[in-house]
This record gives sequence, structure tokens and C-alpha cells, in this order.
Amino acid sequence: MSIKDEFTKGFWEVIPPFRLVLGLCPTLAVTTTGINGMGMGLATTFVLVFSNLFVSLLRRFIPNQVRIASFIVIIASFVVIVELVMKAYFYQLSEFLGIFIPLIVVNCIILGRAEAFASKNNPVMSLADGLGIGLGFTISLFVLGSIRELLGSGTLLYYDASHPGFHVMWSSFEPFAFMLKPPGAFVALGILLAFMNLITQLQAKKGGGR
Amino acid sequence: MGDFILLMIGAILVNNILLIRFLGNCPFLGVSRSMDTATGMGLAVIFVLTLAGTITWCVHTYILVPLGLEYLRTIAFILVIATLVQFVEMVVQKTAPPLYEALGIFLPLITTNCAVFGVAIININEGYDLITSIFFSFASACGFALALVLMAGMRERFALVGIPKAFEGTAIGLITAGLIALAFSGFIGLV
Repeated sequence: MSIKDEFTKGFWEVIPPFRLVLGLCPTLAVTTTGINGMGMGLATTFVLVFSNLFVSLLRRFIPNQVRIASFIVIIASFVVIVELVMKAYFYQLSEFLGIFIPLIVVNCIILGRAEAFASKNNPVMSLADGLGIGLGFTISLFVLGSIRELLGSGTLLYYDASHPGFHVMWSSFEPFAFMLKPPGAFVALGILLAFMNLITQLQAKKGGGR
Repeated sequence: MGDFILLMIGAILVNNILLIRFLGNCPFLGVSRSMDTATGMGLAVIFVLTLAGTITWCVHTYILVPLGLEYLRTIAFILVIATLVQFVEMVVQKTAPPLYEALGIFLPLITTNCAVFGVAIININEGYDLITSIFFSFASACGFALALVLMAGMRERFALVGIPKAFEGTAIGLITAGLIALAFSGFIGLV
């Protein structure tokens, strides 16, 4: 596969968390608005890109028996960097994401890519893979967050009281608060996943499927 | 004692770790296809989470805080949990082979179970003392096991019904989880 293929596969073929059913906890927990989802996605992307790069660079030096522990230490170091940077520059977002920033360390997407891809491929390919999967994850979270935000509070791109985003629904729109609650997260993700399956099936039926 | 009972009810039913706090969802959807694996995973999590919650609390209070190294919490906790899981696996294998048979394959998976790591962090963030931390960890793990077993009981019945093709597998699992979560949100206000 070329670098371009490694990069673009993260956007549809193996887009997390839909095709790679990993990393569900942050997906469900933080997507009450589009911006929150995007912030979580970008933080994860940063960790994923650098952990992939370093795992790939060190793949010949890490003994096979202790590889998982070594990967976790590499990942945890970058998570600490993200944690401190976000506290310093994006305080409000970091307060909202709260416990889910340190939890990036146990996000199975990152360990999964380190084990399945970066430990077997060269640094350039691993970088492309990490960036593609990370951005795919960011897009998924942004889309899911926006849908929940639109139905649950009638706005788009809400950040805080001084950056309220856009009111896109009509004036008599009654917010469907269920979507912002935990059960709504499960249902919204389930329906979105079913839509993706439907599109894939239609593609396959037309003969245009991969 | 009353406080502990409230804490237990709160952690198991009101703020269920899987359905309301969203921790540990990968194994929730991954191993809830049959009752046997769900029970095994549930028991393994109760065992490891209670131990991990206790040990990480001690590491934080007696090692990280006196040395002023709180910012290394993430690295320290994940290493403690990974080592603990390995250690538990070896001890159980040597001392209780039947238990190992039942829990064996689930133990390694627990290292990346965010429920364990998440509860360790909640214990610190909420400022619980040692006894409260142990109770909270145990109660959270019981909540995990309860939700997992409920989910497995429902998913076993999916084999008997016709599910639209697009919803097969994870999609219907997520929607079922949503409905269970909706039932659990009826407990809000209990504590």
C-alpha cells in the first residue's frame, strides 16, 4: 500500500469507532457538542501520531516479551504532555473532558495501532497511518457530537457562553434533551453505525463495493 | 455505615460506571455475546478493580504526593495496573487453577479496560480516603458486572429474532445498551 492509501483508509475503510469498534468510551462520553468531540479527537490524534512514530522508530530495540508495557509507557508520556498543555491553554475544554484526557492512555485505538501497525512498519508509513486514523476518529466524534448537539440543544459549534455558535433550529423548536443524556449517546451511535452499514450494503449491491 | 450503603447504591445503580459514566465500554460490547463470558469477565473485573483501586490510592498518597510528582499520575497508575494484572494472573494460575480456567483469558484484557484506570482516577479526584476508595472501587466493579450480565442476557436472545441487516452486530448492541441506560436513569434521585 502507498503512503496515500495508509493515510486515507482512516477516513472510510477502517474509520474508528465505526469500523474499528474501539475507543468507545470517549466517543460516547464527550460528544455532547461538536466542538467537545473535535477537541477530544484532536488530543487523541496527537497522542496517536507520536506514539506511532516512536513505536515505529524503536521497533527493533523493544524486546518482544515486554512490548505491550513499552508501548504503554510511550503512550502515557504523550498523554501527560497533552494533559499539561490542555490545562495550560484550553482550560475550559480540559475541565469538560476531565477524566477522559488521562484515559487516552487506555484508548484501545492507540495501543491497537501500535501493536497492529507501527510495530511492523517504517516510521513514514506509521506516521501516515496514525494521522489518518486519528483524523478519521476526530471526524467521527465531530459528526456524532454535532448531531447530538443539533437535536439536543438546537445549536451548532457551541463552545462557551461567549462563543455560543449558531442557532440553526426554528424558533419554536423544543430541544430533545434525551440526546444529551447518556442513553441518547448509545442510541445515536447505534443509529449512525446502522446508517454506515446500510451505505456499505448499497454500495456492495451496486457492484461498486470494495 | 449509612454513608457506605449510599455510596454503594450510588455507584452501582445511579452512576453506573458503564451506562452513565461511560467507562469500560469496549469489553461491554465485546464480551457480552454470551452469558458465560460475561460472568467470567464481570468476576475478573470485580477482583482486579478492587485491588487496583486500593493500590493506586496508596501509590498516589504515599509515593507521588510526598515527592511532589502528582503530574506523573497517569504513567504511574497505568504501570501499577499493568503490573498488577500480570501479577494477579500468575498468582491465580499457581494458587487457584479452577479460577484461572474461568478468568484466564479475561485477565490480560483488563489492562486496557478503562473502567479500572478511570475508577483509580475518580478515587483521587473525589478526594476519597482509603476505606471509601476500596468501597467505591468494589461497588463500581459490581455495577460493571451487573450491566454486563444484563446486556449478555439480552444479546443471547438476539439469535432468535430477525434483526434488520444494517443493525446486526454492534449497532443493535449499542441501541440495546441505550435502552438499558434509559432504565437505569430511572434510579436518578434515589440517592
